[in-house]
Amino acid sequence: MDILNWFADFGDKLYQAFLFEDRWKLYLDGMGVTLGITLGAILISTVLGMVLCLMKLSKHAVLRGPAKAYIDIIRGIPVVVQLLIMYNVILLDVTDNKMVVAIIAFGLNSSAYMAEIYRSGINAVEKGQMEAGRSLGLTQAQTMWHIIFPQALKNCLPTYTSEFIVLVKETAVVGYIALVDLTKVYSSVQSMTYDAFGPLFIIAVAYFCITKVLAVIFAAMERRLCASDRR
Amino acid sequence: MIDVKNLSKSFGHIHVLKNINEHIYPGEKVVIIGPSGSGKSTFLRCLNLLETPTEGTISFEGTVINDPKTDINAIRRQMGMVFQHFNLFPNMTIRKNITLAPVQTKRMGQEEADETALKLLERVGLKDKAEAYPNQLSGGQKQRIAIVRALAMKPKVMLFDEPTSALDPEMVGEVLDVMKELANEGMTMVVVTHEMGFAREVASRVLFMDGGNILEQNTPQEFFANPKEARTIEFLSKVL
Repeated sequence: MDILNWFADFGDKLYQAFLFEDRWKLYLDGMGVTLGITLGAILISTVLGMVLCLMKLSKHAVLRGPAKAYIDIIRGIPVVVQLLIMYNVILLDVTDNKMVVAIIAFGLNSSAYMAEIYRSGINAVEKGQMEAGRSLGLTQAQTMWHIIFPQALKNCLPTYTSEFIVLVKETAVVGYIALVDLTKVYSSVQSMTYDAFGPLFIIAVAYFCITKVLAVIFAAMERRLCASDRR
Repeated sequence: MIDVKNLSKSFGHIHVLKNINEHIYPGEKVVIIGPSGSGKSTFLRCLNLLETPTEGTISFEGTVINDPKTDINAIRRQMGMVFQHFNLFPNMTIRKNITLAPVQTKRMGQEEADETALKLLERVGLKDKAEAYPNQLSGGQKQRIAIVRALAMKPKVMLFDEPTSALDPEMVGEVLDVMKELANEGMTMVVVTHEMGFAREVASRVLFMDGGNILEQNTPQEFFANPKEARTIEFLSKVL
């Protein structure tokens, strides 16, 4: 009978944590914040990462140096610390929109990782591809755009997907600047129900669903990009 | 057509090419042979500046190509190159592989380039592969496509860097046949190869390289019948 009791208890906790007094709306709002930060940050890092990557691959030291330093510094400091620096120091007098602060902090952070993801993708393209393009009289830029990038994109898609998923989960620390994201909803609900298990369970499932959907979308994209590999 | 003066190339402390002087005339088929590490590939790659000479000059039809002021892309459009490992673009169909450069360099419109591609593909017997991807082809087919891709730019000279060295033995013939046909049509060709039969049959001149120098050169008949240098004799005794 223990098992039955456990399930009844579990059901009740879920009911309290999710349905009672329309508490599901709290999770929905939290999820909106989590997704908003993630999507804003990934947009920044997708573009800025590319810029950093090209700078790091440049033959000019004036471009290479700053990119290298940026990546080193960003990777060497915990993202929570960067978020707090952004909120309490750098953007203190610029904006008090916490969403914007979080998007910028996570975007700048993720850019460093994206740059390295792109770089490994580009370096994995055979050297002969650049030579073949150049030997046909294409410029370096034309060869990069038509030949190297499409292949590099395919190479880095799996790690890009990972970084995207990592980013979703990393945003769970925005509670530090008092943003109520999916994770932070836990505190609100827990203080109402005095139960930790219910809200934590729901939040865990929600994170898993978000990342799973992302993984499925990107896996489909990868299959399409690999059309030319089929024999 | 191509004039090489005092060409030297070093990678760090290794001198790969030592003061080479050579001239390639229009219509010539120059075959370069020699042991591994003799500098023959490096020499060939200097001709279209895939390797930058450490010293000396290379001129193409009177233009010094290793002058920083020269538009190297414009020069390369007139020089086709075929690589040992084909280097087809795996992300594009065969047709796109062939038409990319002519279209991007504004040499032809897409339509004209498509037509040219199909005509060239027909010549090498691969017209039905136009919409295939490189990974779907055999090595011999890939190399014939690579030759076609270079020809689509209507080059004045073709450079071949060991074009059959990465092929299964039974596929060597089909690539050499295309090259012979090209030679018969009067294309100027510089070929680095280990195929002595091809050198004997097609070359108008054979260069033998060793240790970064052109040790000996002659017509193929003379070269194979009466090699002069001891090193050449030793090399030929091993490969023939």
